[in-house]
Amino acid sequence: MGGNSFEALGFRVSSSSSLPFFLFYRKSLSTPKSSLCQVADNKDKMRGLKLPLNQTQRVRLQRAFEKLQSLSAKANSDASVTVADTIPVNYEDAFLKGHGTTDLNGELVATVCGVVERVNKLVYVRALRARYKPEVGDVVVGRVVEVAQKRWRLEINFSQDAVLMLSSMNMPDGIQRRRTALDELNMRSIFEENDIVCAEVRNFQHDGSLQLQARSQKYGKLEKGQLLIIDPYLVKKGKQHFHHLEQFGIDLILGRNGYIWIGEHVEARDSMVIDQAKSMEQSTVVEGINQAYTPLEMRQTICRIANAIRVLTSLGFNVDLNLIMETVELSSSLKIDIHDMLGSEFHVLVAEMEAERRSLTTKRKR
Amino acid sequence: MDYVSPEGLRLDGRRPMEMRQLRAEIGTVAKANGSAVFEMGNTKVIAAVYGPREVQNRSQQINDQALVIMANFSTGDRMRKPKGDRRSTEISLVIRQTMEACILTHLMPRSQIGLCFNSIFTKKKHYTIFKELIDLCALSCLLASSFPISVYSRKRNISILNVSAGTRSACINAATLALADAGIPMRDIVTSCSAGYLNSTPLLDLNYIEDSAGGPDVTVGILPKLDKVTLLQMDAKLPVDIFENVMGLAIEGCKAIANYIREVLLENTKQLEYRRGL
Repeated sequence: MGGNSFEALGFRVSSSSSLPFFLFYRKSLSTPKSSLCQVADNKDKMRGLKLPLNQTQRVRLQRAFEKLQSLSAKANSDASVTVADTIPVNYEDAFLKGHGTTDLNGELVATVCGVVERVNKLVYVRALRARYKPEVGDVVVGRVVEVAQKRWRLEINFSQDAVLMLSSMNMPDGIQRRRTALDELNMRSIFEENDIVCAEVRNFQHDGSLQLQARSQKYGKLEKGQLLIIDPYLVKKGKQHFHHLEQFGIDLILGRNGYIWIGEHVEARDSMVIDQAKSMEQSTVVEGINQAYTPLEMRQTICRIANAIRVLTSLGFNVDLNLIMETVELSSSLKIDIHDMLGSEFHVLVAEMEAERRSLTTKRKR
Repeated sequence: MDYVSPEGLRLDGRRPMEMRQLRAEIGTVAKANGSAVFEMGNTKVIAAVYGPREVQNRSQQINDQALVIMANFSTGDRMRKPKGDRRSTEISLVIRQTMEACILTHLMPRSQIGLCFNSIFTKKKHYTIFKELIDLCALSCLLASSFPISVYSRKRNISILNVSAGTRSACINAATLALADAGIPMRDIVTSCSAGYLNSTPLLDLNYIEDSAGGPDVTVGILPKLDKVTLLQMDAKLPVDIFENVMGLAIEGCKAIANYIREVLLENTKQLEYRRGL
């Protein structure tokens, strides 16, 4: 294919040797047609979030995001890569290629979109917005999808369902013993399909499947509350994933797999119940509590916290206890109704609050 | 009919080597693991990715790689098609094979990745229908969980004939964006573009009228970094030397789209990162 055929067709061809790079593609950003509104719309377009913003709100939100962007160290560096971008490494030094990278003709190339991280010799790409990648010891919240022989299958936002063996959890009576066939028949009395269960990642089997365990009283079935599903990259690994909010009497479990539980506080029972009679007594007490309904105020608080988390995730902010509590306090100090928390005004307020908070913390560090 | 005027302009005012306007948006379907909208002129495609997750049909499970499944291609048309509809089956197959070639399936054994698409031939004033369809799409995906979805629009002015080469390439481009959004590892991004040959002129990115003219129409899908062709389709006959020209043009189009897609992805990644904070 030479330039001649193009010239014959009535085109001016700049270079005669190869196909002229004579292409135009228009983006809505750069078209002269696009009005100012369209440009603005593209600029502060929020990922997966469609909010009816008025002019002032849009400007405020944009300003808050610009502030956040200027504060972030990672976003300003060239650490962000997309699929098939070359990662700059010093080829003379030895390096190890980690997750999200591959070797292409001697070059190190990213296979996912994310941020390049370097730990000593290891180079890997930390993907944002992917499904959960389990690590041993993580606290996860999951939903039972199947009761199988001696095991439950749990959906935990991983690429496969996780397995919780009957033998790797504490029996409700708290006695350590061999699991009998009778226990196996009574598995549905512990967890049924669609129950929400909190557990810990135990290990990977050699075939890649995942095993969970629930060997403590803090793990187990979750009741009287709300489950929220958010992107796992927003939940940071911390020392504590179980939070008891004493002022509200609420339990908050930040599952590392992006499943968040907000529910009424349950007193953890003694791990070892020796006295049979005592345990009987206790179980009747527990039943008595079970029958009682959750008071309205408690349910409202649960909804308020849930909505605070919803706002934070839709803005794409990291979800940790501090930020959740600040958002809740902001909403209650401004006397914003629970259902108004999902409106555009509160989103703007939270974005401004977070921008302010992050600028303060970075100043303190300096 | 003249498809290229003596001044060298096409029916919609473009030059022969000019593409339609591109627009891409990531993260439009809330319940999906990854989603994107890709627009080439009036052709609009929504792509949603579900997974990698547990294989729903156990007998299909593959022990050393992920299973890529695709819902039947769904268009905005009102007619319920019989199950063995050849056109949609063919498009599904083409798109699935193209995407499977670039996903690193061996990294996600015993899981499945579901893709679904929805394409609409739309004019700007029909934007409201589009919004409606997105909601419906999200809803039906939620209910049917990546099994065949079809959205039936109430409006009649959505043409049945719009399943054209333009949709096919728009689908592939949208799927690339959606897969990248879902954090699924890929060898390279895949981009696709079509070119045709009308009035003895090679034309880039045919629009609806040019496409229904029945001339030759070459759809190319490439991996820009690896510089490899993953998809090549042509419906008519063309002399070899002209075919080379037309294909070269389509490849240049693919590269231009790849540049745009990279920009969009990088912008999205940066945005997610700085918002997340420390």
